[in-house]
Amino acid sequence: MHRALGLSDDELLRITTILGREPNHLELAMFAVMWSEHCSYKSSRIHLRRLPTQGPGVLVGPGENAGVVDAGDGIAVALRIESHNHPSAVEPHQGAATGVGGILRDVFTMGARPLALMDPLFFGDLDDPRQRWLFEGVVGGISSYANAVGVPTIGGELTFDRSYARNPLVNVLCLGALPVGRLVLAKAAGVGNLVILLGSATGRDGIGGVSVLASAGFAGAEPEPGSPIPGVGERSTATPAGGAGSDRPLGVSDDAKRPSVQVGDPFEEKRLIEACLELLDRGLVVAVQDLGGAGLTCAASETAARGGVGMDIDVAAVPRREPGMAPWEVMTSESQERMLAIVTPQDWPAVAAVCERWEVRAAIVGTVTAPVDADGAAEGVGRLRVLSSDHETVLADVPARALASDAPIYDRPRRPPADHERRAADDPADLPPGDCTADLLSLLADPSWVYRQYDHQLFLNTVAGPGEDAGLLRLAGPGLPPSRRGMAVTTDSAPRWCAIDPRVGTAWVLAEAIANLACVGATPAAVVNCLNFGNPEHPEVMWQFSEAVDGLAEACRAFGLAVVGGNVSFYNESGGVDIDPTPVIGLLGFVEQLARRPPGIRWEPGCSIVVLGGPRAHASTTATGVEDSVAYPLAGSRWAVELRGHRGGRLPALDASAHASLTRLVAALVAEIVAGSPSAVCGVHDVSAGGLGVALAEMAARSGVGCAVELAGGHAELFGELPSRIVVATRDPQGLFERAGALGVPAVGLGEAGGERFVVSGLCDVSCAELTDTWKGAIPRAVARVGARS
Amino acid sequence: MAPRVAVVVFPGTNCEHDVIVSLSGLGAQAELVWHRERHLVGFDAVILPGGFAHGDYLRPGALARFSPVMAAVAEFAASGGPVVGICNGFQVLTEARLLPGALQKNRGLHFLCQPAVIEVVSSRSVLTRGIPVGTELNVPINHFDGSYVCDAQTLAELRAEDRIVLRYRENPNGSIDDIAGICNATGNVVGLMPHPERASSELLGSTDGLVLLRSLLAAEETEITTSAPSPPVPTW
Repeated sequence: MHRALGLSDDELLRITTILGREPNHLELAMFAVMWSEHCSYKSSRIHLRRLPTQGPGVLVGPGENAGVVDAGDGIAVALRIESHNHPSAVEPHQGAATGVGGILRDVFTMGARPLALMDPLFFGDLDDPRQRWLFEGVVGGISSYANAVGVPTIGGELTFDRSYARNPLVNVLCLGALPVGRLVLAKAAGVGNLVILLGSATGRDGIGGVSVLASAGFAGAEPEPGSPIPGVGERSTATPAGGAGSDRPLGVSDDAKRPSVQVGDPFEEKRLIEACLELLDRGLVVAVQDLGGAGLTCAASETAARGGVGMDIDVAAVPRREPGMAPWEVMTSESQERMLAIVTPQDWPAVAAVCERWEVRAAIVGTVTAPVDADGAAEGVGRLRVLSSDHETVLADVPARALASDAPIYDRPRRPPADHERRAADDPADLPPGDCTADLLSLLADPSWVYRQYDHQLFLNTVAGPGEDAGLLRLAGPGLPPSRRGMAVTTDSAPRWCAIDPRVGTAWVLAEAIANLACVGATPAAVVNCLNFGNPEHPEVMWQFSEAVDGLAEACRAFGLAVVGGNVSFYNESGGVDIDPTPVIGLLGFVEQLARRPPGIRWEPGCSIVVLGGPRAHASTTATGVEDSVAYPLAGSRWAVELRGHRGGRLPALDASAHASLTRLVAALVAEIVAGSPSAVCGVHDVSAGGLGVALAEMAARSGVGCAVELAGGHAELFGELPSRIVVATRDPQGLFERAGALGVPAVGLGEAGGERFVVSGLCDVSCAELTDTWKGAIPRAVARVGARS
Repeated sequence: MAPRVAVVVFPGTNCEHDVIVSLSGLGAQAELVWHRERHLVGFDAVILPGGFAHGDYLRPGALARFSPVMAAVAEFAASGGPVVGICNGFQVLTEARLLPGALQKNRGLHFLCQPAVIEVVSSRSVLTRGIPVGTELNVPINHFDGSYVCDAQTLAELRAEDRIVLRYRENPNGSIDDIAGICNATGNVVGLMPHPERASSELLGSTDGLVLLRSLLAAEETEITTSAPSPPVPTW
């Protein structure tokens, strides 16, 4: 039985020891979901401890529903990132939609109004009709849920790589803001207080989602595209966790997992947000906690454990949407749009009135109890008890802490991939350049087909939106004190780099995020991460994971940043093949004064094009061809991986101090503009995926103005993705050189913007019109292919 | 005295705060009015903002027209009071039969959030009074169901009575006759798909929406000439 629920023999023994007896069926189901990889982080915790989590301005670090950072002016910003990978692989529209719903609840649980979303998405190649189905489904799901619930999606990332063909990644970041005084922690307190369930009725949807879906890989049998989601009620004979063994690749058809995906209702969520924020604003609740993975079991045990109290749940009092549900189904259902609130008996009438006004269902489902031992001894621990409707029978009785935080911690075996050294030795530097114009054109893709489907403007905060290097928002929202400050946020990843070297690659990702914030004038403040990896039982995956954590920890320390929250998604594998290691970094930053829009990814005719940063060897412009290839590594570049199928080579170590100087300079340049000062700078863009060539092409395409530039480093300089480089278009190059020189930042004039052709001397020559058309049309053309909707 | 504007909130409405911020910036006194209110007393104008009233379930606006406040909105409109429906508010006004026609899914079947150039086609509505015909405004759209449709006779009437208020320069959604906004026969009820409140600051890329909102607030000062009875509530 326990194996069918995804628990190992050792884990059952541990549960028996904790309880002092064999668990019953309900208790076993509760432990199975709470001790799943998804909820307990049992394989990752030992590594995550190495991340720095303390820093100036951090009000709430990891372990809560969201990290919270002091934003100044009496405002705090809450930030969280999550994955909804497996649900989206099975049912892309609802999987992505419910991912949005879940992260919004995490943020308003802290008392923050959700103000912005970002969606990093990873699919296989759009040549494959199944990928187009997934891509359109996921984008449609985000669009329909986020737009309707009324939270703008202000950016994200789009990656297409064969690594994700069988296991797409759908991550979502949410940022919210609150007056500092409204900050609440999801901690139950006050013996005798009422436990209230708010929102949707509980159904059989999503049972075992954390264990069946999130904590196991895919066998490789592809779900049928377009087949309907079995409706609620069709699973009248549901068995625990669908009878599927979790925490290992499943033997059953992945199609059978579709009933484990929940169905989202953004209208319910919208009313829930407004009701909860009003309850928090008026001080009518002691705490609120969302019901996400592992449902009521998770929300009850976590709030009780945090408060050091117990909780009695009357399972029959939980409003249901279908008859005949067993207690274990009610306790582990992942039905969406539900919140748990702790309320004093005196405040209950006022709480009920607020909920009535917002048309939100509210039901008393339990009480907060004093901590006692099983035998009634006084000192003891808070116990989560599930009671029958007459309160005569105790259906389950477990220490809340045991569920919430006593899951086993595994130090799983690690080893580098067998071909690690061989791949490192095989550098793409020796590959012939080929047709650089054709290569450049094939790397261009305007993501506006995606973000046009997202409301990215609600709340009138979006100063720099999707398509820019980072989102830049006014620090404003309903109920917030006035502020002239701005907040900036970006999500970044580079699985190609991390596949080559997870440690250096992850450090580079953080560096790129810092560069992105600099491009909109912001100084970084706090990091969140979503660590998407393969099967942790594969030693190579655990090695990648451990290396990535170390790379992130080292880079955070070097830049003086703290991690305030994160999420780990393991078992991203299909047919035994793991995805490339994909740590996604979310970075929050601030600007002191937001009075004008940043220059953005563009230039004007006559502007000088200057690249700041990069290898110092290049600044002397005396490098030979051999040195150039070292200076501009092609390893892990889109050019090497996507266009040449070459996944080898070495990444140079990140020079954190040079990168900090570069990004401080650019952040200062743009911050002056954003604060309203006159400036000669008319465009800024960092070099990242696709290299300098793509950065320049995007500036040309977005402004409809060509350029004539010269590069000393040949095709490696054009396509290499060394991250510490930022392109600046300026009317005063001399002034920029002087400013860069004073700070020791390399600065090289590449040429000038203007004309109708995009010319990189000796490498590329294409009309600006063709470049723009290729860039704009890439995604629409890919999705419009026959068979896009199979 | 500052004009007092009611901003109606249905469950699922989400642009109410944005409209309030924009109107407040123009010196108006804008207030949220919950959909269960049965009276609109002392207001100089009513705005139905964007969002997803009642989740847009069944179809946009189909349930909202039954909210108690809509009877008061109809009464306010009948008495000549200015009523503006933005986006979802436009959809609600058509469902409530305060404006003719309907809004259906965009051509292309995608949600569209993007800039739009619109042209003022008529200056006789409360939203465009005083703005020269031909004026181009950059005001973003944000909708899935924004393709305006009506029968041939209605279209002929709209044209003949100068009730097409705004047209898209480049039709983004398949609206008939490029229609972005229309008004009723007396010009005091206007529906438009673009969001003027989203073009209310240089920081957001355009201030053109303020041209429309200013016109609405100014229309308040010069009483609208209609055959309808005088507003039941005194203007300031």
